[in-house]
Amino acid sequence: MTIPVTIRLQEEDFDVAREIAALSRGRTDIGAVVSFSGICRSDKVDGEGGDAIAALVLEHYPGMAEEEIARHAEEAVSRWPLTGLTVIHRFGRIVPGDNIVLVVTASSHREAAFHAAEFLMDYLKTRAPFWKREEGSAGSSWVDAHDRDDTAAARWAKS
Amino acid sequence: MKVLYFAWVRERVGKAEEALDPPEAVATVADLIAWLSQRGDEYAHAFEKPKVIRAAIDRIHVKQDTAIAGAREIAFFPPMTGG
Repeated sequence: MTIPVTIRLQEEDFDVAREIAALSRGRTDIGAVVSFSGICRSDKVDGEGGDAIAALVLEHYPGMAEEEIARHAEEAVSRWPLTGLTVIHRFGRIVPGDNIVLVVTASSHREAAFHAAEFLMDYLKTRAPFWKREEGSAGSSWVDAHDRDDTAAARWAKS
Repeated sequence: MKVLYFAWVRERVGKAEEALDPPEAVATVADLIAWLSQRGDEYAHAFEKPKVIRAAIDRIHVKQDTAIAGAREIAFFPPMTGG
């Protein structure tokens, strides 16, 4: 069975409620919807204090980013009994308070929806070709990758 | 082949992409990184810590021991920080 899978990369913002509604509207087979929104914070990623960030600038690898997300979406669909899936990732300049990423998973029951959403976010963090740059009053700098994100992704590896 | 650079690798190299034709002795991704490092100070700077650099061949993540024969597009970039 093919399920509705939506993957979008876009510069403009998105409406979380509208995306969730779009996935479940008119359906009677969905018993659980889980959504994760990643939002731009104003404090520095590494928590060095002081200087708040003015914006994040997200660079991505056009073409590969879509394909890489699609590969992980396919894997999520093969591992859990999902009935719908939406992944939206923004690129470009994003200010604090604005959305960066959205994952919505639908299933008959909550467990598959929770697990698939977490799996997708862990893989987006470590495998999707995006790079964040922080803009602050003292200039801008690339965000460093975190070992804890690799650890989070590694727990989904098939043995 | 087309070689692409992203994030701080792109900034250090000073360009987003270029067409390159490395000699046949350059067989793997690691060989290509070593060969690029010899091309000038900007490349040496970008690839000064080769183990940190991630690579993709034709838009699929690869390890550095992967052969590059037949690759149309090779990309180099730092560890990813999306999501």
